[in-house]
Amino acid sequence: MIRFIRVTKEYASGAAIEDVSLDIGKGEFVFLTGHSGSGKTTTLKLIHLSERPTDGEVRVAGFSSIRTTPRDLWKLRRKVGLVFQDFRLLPGRTAMENVGFALEVTGSPPKAITPKAQRLLSQVGLASKSERPVEQLSGGERQRVAIARALATEPLVLLADEPTGNLDERATRGVMDLIWEINALGMAVVMATHDLELVRRYASARVMELDQGRLVYDSSGVDRAVTHTT
Amino acid sequence: MQSPTLREALAALRRAPLLTGLSAGMVALALFVAGLFGTVTHNLQVALQSVEDRVAVVAYLDDGAGPAPIDRAVADLEARDDVREVRYVSQDRALEIARAELPELAELGAGLAENPFPASLEIVLQDGGADPDAIAVVAQAAAAIPIVEDVQYGQEWVDRLHALRRLTGVAVMVIGAAFAVVGALIIGTAIRIAIFARRDEIYIMRLVGAKDAFIRRPFLLEGAFTGVVGGAAATGLTWLTYQTLHRFLEDLSWIPSTWVVGGIAAGGFFGMLASAVAVRRHLREV
Repeated sequence: MIRFIRVTKEYASGAAIEDVSLDIGKGEFVFLTGHSGSGKTTTLKLIHLSERPTDGEVRVAGFSSIRTTPRDLWKLRRKVGLVFQDFRLLPGRTAMENVGFALEVTGSPPKAITPKAQRLLSQVGLASKSERPVEQLSGGERQRVAIARALATEPLVLLADEPTGNLDERATRGVMDLIWEINALGMAVVMATHDLELVRRYASARVMELDQGRLVYDSSGVDRAVTHTT
Repeated sequence: MQSPTLREALAALRRAPLLTGLSAGMVALALFVAGLFGTVTHNLQVALQSVEDRVAVVAYLDDGAGPAPIDRAVADLEARDDVREVRYVSQDRALEIARAELPELAELGAGLAENPFPASLEIVLQDGGADPDAIAVVAQAAAAIPIVEDVQYGQEWVDRLHALRRLTGVAVMVIGAAFAVVGALIIGTAIRIAIFARRDEIYIMRLVGAKDAFIRRPFLLEGAFTGVVGGAAATGLTWLTYQTLHRFLEDLSWIPSTWVVGGIAAGGFFGMLASAVAVRRHLREV
């Protein structure tokens, strides 16, 4: 599903990722941990091909960082959902409109948009608040809308960059349970976090640790089996 | 049912009417300046043309010239490609015109034993005949006719008119090009500001896998719409200015409708072009 082959990513300020090789299979749940600046976000950007490696190759769902042209990126993006710490929702629109927007711009038939957006919002537990402008939702609820939007294209993998970073304890648990449930349905999840408490709570997930751009730990050598209990 | 492109473009206008209005306003101001320049240019052209239309070669005839040679001279000159019209002015008609134009002659008229004014042929040239060389050729042809005693066309005056025409042409091109560049830059900036405010939408569309063409379309439509609205507003402002000036300068004429349509179309085109450039920049960010 996701493969890094000796990937290096350099910026003017230095290497963000250095000689990283990794494999993530279908349906895996992976925590990407490390201090700030360790390369977690860059790793997610490389998977999403928002960034291209300076050296090496990234392969995601059949797409290669070497061969995929900017014109064809949209095909990859529909297979990789992405959620952020700051939600990145469109202000001034309702939860339904935010999810519907993703469906519309990716070519869903007009008649199918509202029922599908409603179903996605139900899946993330927001059916009753679908018509509320996102500004009127709590942080946890906004993140649920962002997750529903990420699921709109029925991706194979969900990337989450510190999705609970702006949430309180209760909201964090709710969002984490939701992502865990999504993973249980067969979607691979790669979540960048520096919250080690969270990692300990979902102990059956695979953990990769980055330090100064290098992959210094991968629990897959220890135990790859994921059992969905917390 | 509306297409997604039209729906998104309309939704954007609805969500940020102030920003759209400001963009259209900036476009309108840029095109208003162009409109004023166009009005000045057009009226300058009209004035020069009316002067040029009055350029004529006058061939004065021998007093003894009979009707047959005169008719032949008229026919020969009218057969030329560079001559639009030849008018015969008899001695009596010349005196009549002189009396009408110079009142002091009216008192003398009855006392004249002999009409001092010669008969003449007024040779009007085709459009563009204000070229000194072209006039000289016609003057030479007229002078070669046996019954023609003298030919006049105000050579020095025609030379100056020709120089003025060329100078105006160059000035209009240079200033017009400068206005076009400045106008295009203003329109580009206005549209870029409007699109910058919506970069999040572009980002999210890219993020979820919208095709580039799909992302571009509503913005191009919106850019064209802003440009056309700005162009229409500029036309209105130019018209109001024209109406105000027309009270003091009655000879002022309104610019041709093709210029108006061209200006509005230019607004739409530049709006769309500016949108394409701005969206392209944001598309590269994700």
